[in-house]
Amino acid sequence: MTAFINHVNFEFRTGVRNKSLLLLNYLFPLGFYLLASAMLTGLNPTFNRTLIPAMVFFTILTSTMLGLPEPIVSARESGVYRSYKIHGISKLSILFIPVLTTILHTTIVALLIIVSAPLLFNAVLPVNGLGFALAYLLMAFACSGLGLLIGVIAPNSRAAMLLGQAVFLPSMLIGGLMFPSEMLPAALGKIALLLPSNHAVNLVNGWVVGGHLNFNAYGSAAVLFSGGALALGLALYLFNWDNQNRIKRSRAVALLALLPYIAAIVTSLVAHGVG
Amino acid sequence: MNDPVVQVQHFHKAYGNFVAVEDASFDVYRGEIFALLGPNGAGKTTTLESLEGLRQPDRGQLRVLGMDPVRDAHLLRNQIGVQLQASGMPGSITVREAMNFFCAYHQVAPRFDLLKRLELDEKLNTQYDTLSTGQKRRLALALAIAHRPAVVFLDEPTAGLDVISRTELHALIEELQQQGTTIILSSHDMAEVEKLAHRVAILLHGRIAASGTPNELTSTGAGYTKISIHTEPPMQVDDFTFPGVCQHTLKDEYDVYYSTDPAASVYAILEYIKAQHDQLIDLRVERPSLEERFLEITNHREAVR
Repeated sequence: MTAFINHVNFEFRTGVRNKSLLLLNYLFPLGFYLLASAMLTGLNPTFNRTLIPAMVFFTILTSTMLGLPEPIVSARESGVYRSYKIHGISKLSILFIPVLTTILHTTIVALLIIVSAPLLFNAVLPVNGLGFALAYLLMAFACSGLGLLIGVIAPNSRAAMLLGQAVFLPSMLIGGLMFPSEMLPAALGKIALLLPSNHAVNLVNGWVVGGHLNFNAYGSAAVLFSGGALALGLALYLFNWDNQNRIKRSRAVALLALLPYIAAIVTSLVAHGVG
Repeated sequence: MNDPVVQVQHFHKAYGNFVAVEDASFDVYRGEIFALLGPNGAGKTTTLESLEGLRQPDRGQLRVLGMDPVRDAHLLRNQIGVQLQASGMPGSITVREAMNFFCAYHQVAPRFDLLKRLELDEKLNTQYDTLSTGQKRRLALALAIAHRPAVVFLDEPTAGLDVISRTELHALIEELQQQGTTIILSSHDMAEVEKLAHRVAILLHGRIAASGTPNELTSTGAGYTKISIHTEPPMQVDDFTFPGVCQHTLKDEYDVYYSTDPAASVYAILEYIKAQHDQLIDLRVERPSLEERFLEITNHREAVR
């Protein structure tokens, strides 16, 4: 237990001590929250209803998609995991403790947003707090899984950054965070079901604010949970202790993590058709 | 020292088409300092990493304290200590945190006494990335031995260290050995190996080219003892007229003789100087060093290839 606490303590401090992680865990999400909230509430007065969930989900995306993968690649490349293995540190600890501490960092930022947004931007607090908390945890779980998997399979830091951006940027554009997904063309709306953020927003619409649903809310919860569990399981399976990550097969296997999201698209197509 | 704690039998490891180690066999006994010597790419690190459980052998059998290093890694982790060649440590971890962190995983109290011994006590709050190369090596060694393992693997432990740090580290290694710890080290530093190791295996192109105590190794080669003499006036001997001498060269103010029978050669040389009424300024008799023997083996193997 002492070892676990020591490890969590060290990883948590790293999230603040490391300048890149400090930027991605705190400075960027909080800066974006202040800037985007000021702009968007001016442009769209109804944005204050979804401001808190949107900014909290944005925080999760930056921490997990941009912040989580790269340190995993660097640690592997610099032989940290080989040292860990020699000292008997399990891969379960190596992978899940950074996930835990990343979620702790996002929770701190989320609480700052929840406390400050009603005061600064007249944002509406989620009426169903439990539903929102559940949506938050499911989004954090799904995105952490994906971030971890990217870190495990990426051959180098640059690839990790690109793969993280490949989830982050579409989430910003069509993930329903900045503007409602019902404004998207129908086909794009279906493609957006590949993104965890779209399911998280759908959950909030279904459980918290009573907005437009582009998929069954419980279905979205199931997609986020199974997507997270599958990604974490695959990360554990594909994890490589060695300095270099040359196994191309693992990258193909990692695509299995998208299965729950693909199943959501197929289900939606069967239920409603493309149009 | 009759109890083998490390056993390597017909060990073979390849990476694709490159054979890193081929049919290597040796034992290391309790309380022994055993050195793997060889040029870059000879297979030293592969052998060490396989014994540490980081690599799976392709063929052969490896045993550390009677256990398989890969299969029984969880049982061995508190029994062995490892200093890797590239000691990977999170860049932002401080010296104090590193000691607390790894000792907690070994379920032992942090060994700040070791940090003091290795002159890292003033760096307790310094992050790993900002330590010098020597400080990083010393920290890695402290972490490798903090849980008092029975067997310690050191991969080039003094690489990048200054003379004082190196001497201190040698003293620590000898002290560990005196306490009964078995030490297996790899090194490029022949003087270090000659000073520390009880037995040495010379690896070349993945094969053990020679093994034995440093004395055995140096005496099994061409075996020439170097006799250097400085006289006033200089000796004027044109040929190898002294018994046992098979080669003669001049270096600076010295006549250098290579002899297979140093006692007879020295006696004859001194007799000659006395007869010539020359003044003896300096006389040095040197056994062949491990480095010379190593180069002899390396050159011979290269010529054979």
